[in-house]
Amino acid sequence: MSDKIKFLMEGKECTGKPGQSILQAADDNGVYIPRLCYHPDLKPGGSCRVCTVNVNGRNMAACTTPVADGMVILNETEELRDLRRALVEMLFIEGNHYCPFCEKSGNCELQALAYRLKIMAPRFPYMFPERKLDATHPAIFIDGNRCIQCGRCVRAAEEVDHKPILGFIGRGVAMRIKAGSSKGLAGVEIGPEDACVKVCPVGSIIVRETAYRTPIGKRTYDHQPIGSDIEARAPES
Amino acid sequence: MQEINLKALQGEIKAIAATEGNQRTRLINVVRKVQAAYGQVSDPMIDLISEALSMPRIEVEGVVSFYHFLSKRKLGRMPVFLNSSAVAEMMGLKEVAAAFEKAAGIKFGEVTPDELLSLSWTSCIGMSDQEPAALIGGLPFVRLTPEKVFSIIEGLRSGKSPQELVEKLGVGDGNNAHPLVRSMVNNHLQLSGQVLFSSFTNGAALRKAVSLTPEQVIEEVKRSRLRGRGGAGFPTGMKWDFCRKAQGGEHYVFCNADEGEPGTFTDRVLLTEKPELVFEGMTVAGYAIDAEHGILYLRQEYQYLLAYLEDVLEKRRTAGLLGKNCAGKAGFNFDIRIQMGAGAYICGEESALINSTEGRRGDPRDRPPFPVQSGYLGNPTLVNNVETLAAAARVVENGAEWYIVFGSGQSTGTKLLSVSGDCRRPGVYELPMGLPVRMILAVVGAENPQAVQVGGPSGTFIAEKDFDRKICYDDLSTGGALIVFGADRDIMSIVYNFACFFESESCGWCVPCRVGTRLLKAKLEKINQGNGTLRDLAEMEQWGKIMKSTSRCGLGQTAANPELTTLANFRSIYQHRIKEDEYLTGFDLKTAVAEACEATGRYLQDE
Amino acid sequence: MVKAKIATTSLAGCFGCHMSILDIDERILKLAELVEFDKSPINDIKRFSGQCDVGLIEGGCCNHENVEVLRAFRKRCNILVSVGECALMGGLPALRNGIPMTECLKEAYLDGPSVVDGSIPNDPELPLILDKVYPCHEVVKIDYFLPGCPPSADLIWESLVGLLTGREADLPYELIKYD
Repeated sequence: MSDKIKFLMEGKECTGKPGQSILQAADDNGVYIPRLCYHPDLKPGGSCRVCTVNVNGRNMAACTTPVADGMVILNETEELRDLRRALVEMLFIEGNHYCPFCEKSGNCELQALAYRLKIMAPRFPYMFPERKLDATHPAIFIDGNRCIQCGRCVRAAEEVDHKPILGFIGRGVAMRIKAGSSKGLAGVEIGPEDACVKVCPVGSIIVRETAYRTPIGKRTYDHQPIGSDIEARAPES
Repeated sequence: MQEINLKALQGEIKAIAATEGNQRTRLINVVRKVQAAYGQVSDPMIDLISEALSMPRIEVEGVVSFYHFLSKRKLGRMPVFLNSSAVAEMMGLKEVAAAFEKAAGIKFGEVTPDELLSLSWTSCIGMSDQEPAALIGGLPFVRLTPEKVFSIIEGLRSGKSPQELVEKLGVGDGNNAHPLVRSMVNNHLQLSGQVLFSSFTNGAALRKAVSLTPEQVIEEVKRSRLRGRGGAGFPTGMKWDFCRKAQGGEHYVFCNADEGEPGTFTDRVLLTEKPELVFEGMTVAGYAIDAEHGILYLRQEYQYLLAYLEDVLEKRRTAGLLGKNCAGKAGFNFDIRIQMGAGAYICGEESALINSTEGRRGDPRDRPPFPVQSGYLGNPTLVNNVETLAAAARVVENGAEWYIVFGSGQSTGTKLLSVSGDCRRPGVYELPMGLPVRMILAVVGAENPQAVQVGGPSGTFIAEKDFDRKICYDDLSTGGALIVFGADRDIMSIVYNFACFFESESCGWCVPCRVGTRLLKAKLEKINQGNGTLRDLAEMEQWGKIMKSTSRCGLGQTAANPELTTLANFRSIYQHRIKEDEYLTGFDLKTAVAEACEATGRYLQDE
Repeated sequence: MVKAKIATTSLAGCFGCHMSILDIDERILKLAELVEFDKSPINDIKRFSGQCDVGLIEGGCCNHENVEVLRAFRKRCNILVSVGECALMGGLPALRNGIPMTECLKEAYLDGPSVVDGSIPNDPELPLILDKVYPCHEVVKIDYFLPGCPPSADLIWESLVGLLTGREADLPYELIKYD
C-alpha cells in the first residue's frame, strides 16, 4: 500500500504523508513556506493567507490544503513573493506596530517575516486604528495595538489549554481578540504557562516583567531569517 | 434594587434558553429572542446566556457582535434599520434618511431619549424593486418618501404598532395580503415562466420521487444539468450524489434563503408565492440523499414571512408531505425547521450559513472538508439555494427532457432575475437561460442605460458594448441580480457604495479581505477628493488582484469586482477625476491643521 | 569630479538617525570625497544653496513647519530618502494618533498629574500641530526607505554609496531591522 504522496515542489521531487497539509509536507522536505497564523501544535486557521502557494496553477493556502499525489507546487515565484509582502504589509498598516519599543522586537514573527521578505516600507497607507489594551490581569496583558487577529491564542486556549477563554468579537476590520469575561483578562483563568499566551507570534499577549531580557544580538531573528530552522531540514541532494 | 432586577432577568433568560432546549447550537435563536425582548443583549445578559446554555461567554459575545440585528447597546423598542444599498441611493435614500433623522430628532446610530426609536443602517434588505426601504420593528416598509417617514414616526409615537401602520399604508399584492403575512411588500412578479411560477400541484414532485429510487432521482437531476442558482453554478445532481455517498452521521438538507447580494430578491418572491414548491424541493432532496432533517435558513430581513412559512410547513405535515412516511413512502421520514439568521451577508456562503445554524459567528470554513462531506454538526450536509431546490422539484416531477428545453447549452432551464434600478418594470422575471442582456433590458423597459450590474456588487459591471452577452453560466453568471443604471447615474458613487458594502460585510477572518476592502474604499475616497493619479488606478487594480487571489472565500475573492470591472469597462469615470501628476499623497495641510487652528485661534499664512 | 550634494533634516525625530549617520566612523572621510553637505544640521547650513542630489529625512510630520520643510526638501532634492521609523511610519510621536488632539493637549498641559496652573502653549512662534503625525511618504513622494530606530550606520552607508555610485546596494539580512 502506498502511504507516500509524491509531489513536485519548485521542480524538486518531494514526498508527503497522507493527512498532511502542503505546509507540513513542505516543512518535512526542508522547504519553508512563509506563514503567520499557522502553529505546529494547533489546527490551521487559514486566516493570514501568507502561506499562499501556487498549486497546479491556482493559488491556495498551504496550511489548509491537503497535499496530494502529483501536485505541482510553486513557492518562490515573484508573484507569490509580492502577494506575501502585500499581506504582511497589510498587517503592519492595519495595527499600530511600533517595533522600536516593542517587547517582542527581535522575537516577533510578523517582524521577522517582513525582514525575510525584505520589506522596507509598506505600500499601503497607515490606518492608525484605535485599539484597546487589556491590562486588568496581574501577570498578563493583551495589547490590541499589536494584534494581527491570527487567532492562534483562541485556538490554543481551546485545543491545548482546554479552556475557551479567548475569542473574536466584532467583524471585518473591527474584529478583535477579547477575553471571555466582562472584567477582561482579570475575569478569566489564565497564566504565563498557558499555551494561549505562548503562541502569540507578535507582542500582543505579553507576560509582565519579562520584557527585554534577551539582549539585542541574541534574539531569535537577529541573525538568521525566520524559517532557517526548517530549511536546515532539507535533505542533501 | 439592581440585584433584584438581575435576579428577575436571570429567570427570564433562563426561560428563554429553555424554549430552545438550552442547546448551545440554538444560540442564534436565544440571542434573537433576548434582543427582541430587551432591545439589546447587554453584558449581564451575555453572562446569563452563557450560563444558561453552559457555553463560553466569549462565544456568546462573539455572536452578538457579529450580526447586524443584534446589539449590546440598547436599541429603540421600534428599531429602524434603513437600507443603504446603491439602488436605495438612486431612489432617494438621502432625503428619506434626513426625514428619519428630523422626525425622530436623532442621528443614525442614536436612540431617542424615550427609547422608542433607534436609527441604524443596514445592508440590502431584499427590496431593491421598491426602494428606499427600511425594517421598522422587524417589518419591511417600502417605497419610502419623506412624507411617509414623518407619518410612520408620528404613528409609532402615538402608540400604533408597525403592523397597524402597514395596514394603513396598504398591503401588497399576491400572498403579501395573506392573513399571516399582511405586508406592504409587492411581489412585482413581472413574468412567470413554465418552471417555477407555473401551476404546481402540491406533492406531485414528491410522489414522483418516492416512486423512484433515490439513485434514480439523482440521475434525473444530473441529466437535467441543473446547476446551483446562487451564481456559482455547481452541478446540482453531482452535489446530491456527493452528499448521498458521504459516509457518517445523519444527512441534512439546507435551503439557503439568505439572499444578501444587493439587488437580489428572487427568494423573497419564491418564498411568498411558491413556498410549497421550495419545501417540496427540500423534501425531494431529503429523499435523494437519505436525510431526515431539512433546515430553511431564512434571513432576518424576511422574518415577516416566518409565520406564513411555518403555517405552510404545518399544512404539509397534515397532508402527509412531511413527517413520518412522507408521501406514503414507508421509512422515509423527513421534516423541516426554519432557522432565522440575524443579519450578515456572509451567511449566504454555505459554510458560514452552517456555522450560523450551529450557533456560531458566520465565518466561512476552510475546505476541504466540503459541507457535503462534513457540514452541520460534522454531518454530510447538502446546501442548495431556494431557486435550485424549487427547480429540482420540477425536474423530478416532469423529467429532465422537459426541463432542458427551457435553456441553452450548459445552462438549462429558466432563471429568475430580480431587476431593479432605472427601468420601467422592476421586479422578478422568470426567463429562459441564455438570453442576451439587451433583450432583457427591452423586456424590463430600460431605456438607454449606460451600465448594468449583473450579479450584484460581487458580479460584473457591463457597458453597452457588452449588452449582447448572455445570462448563463458560460458568460454572465448571476444569482439573480440585474441592476440597471440610466445615463445620468454617477457610476463612481455606485462603486463607492459597493465598496462600503463589502467593507462592512467582510467577516474579518482573512487578511486580504478584511484589510483590502478598507484599502479600496480609501482609494476611492482619495480619487473622489481629487487626489487620484494614474498610479492610484494601477494600485487599485493590483490590490484588487491580491484580494482575488489570496482571499479565503468568495466574498473576498469578489469584493474587488466593482473596482476591477469598472476599471476595465468604465475607465472614463476614473479618468475624469484623476490628475496628471505622477504622484499625489492626498495630504492637505489646511485640513490637517484645522483642529489646531480652532484651538489656538491662529491660522496658516497663505502659501 | 563634481561632488554630489546631500541635504539632511530632522523633522519630528530625536536626531538619533543623524547620530547614526555619524556612526559611519572613519568612512566619513570617504563620504567627504563623494559628497558635499548642503542644508543640514550636521554643518548647520540653514538654507539650500542650490539643487541637491539626495535628501535624507529623519522624523515624521507632526506640525505644519515639518510639512513645509519636507516640501522644500522634495522641491530641492532629486532623490528623497526616509531615514528611520519616525519618517517611515510616524514612530514614537505617532503614539498620539489614536487620541484626539485636544485630549492630548489637555492631558499634557492642563490635566496631567504634574501640571500646576497649566495652559496650552500658544506662542505665535510655535508651529501649528497636525491632527496626527504623518509618515513622510503620506505627505510627499519618497523615493527610498531605510527602516530602523535608528537605521544602522552600515545600512545608511551601504545605501548611500549605492545611491551615489549608481550600483545596487548589497543589503545583508542583518542590516534591515525595525528597531
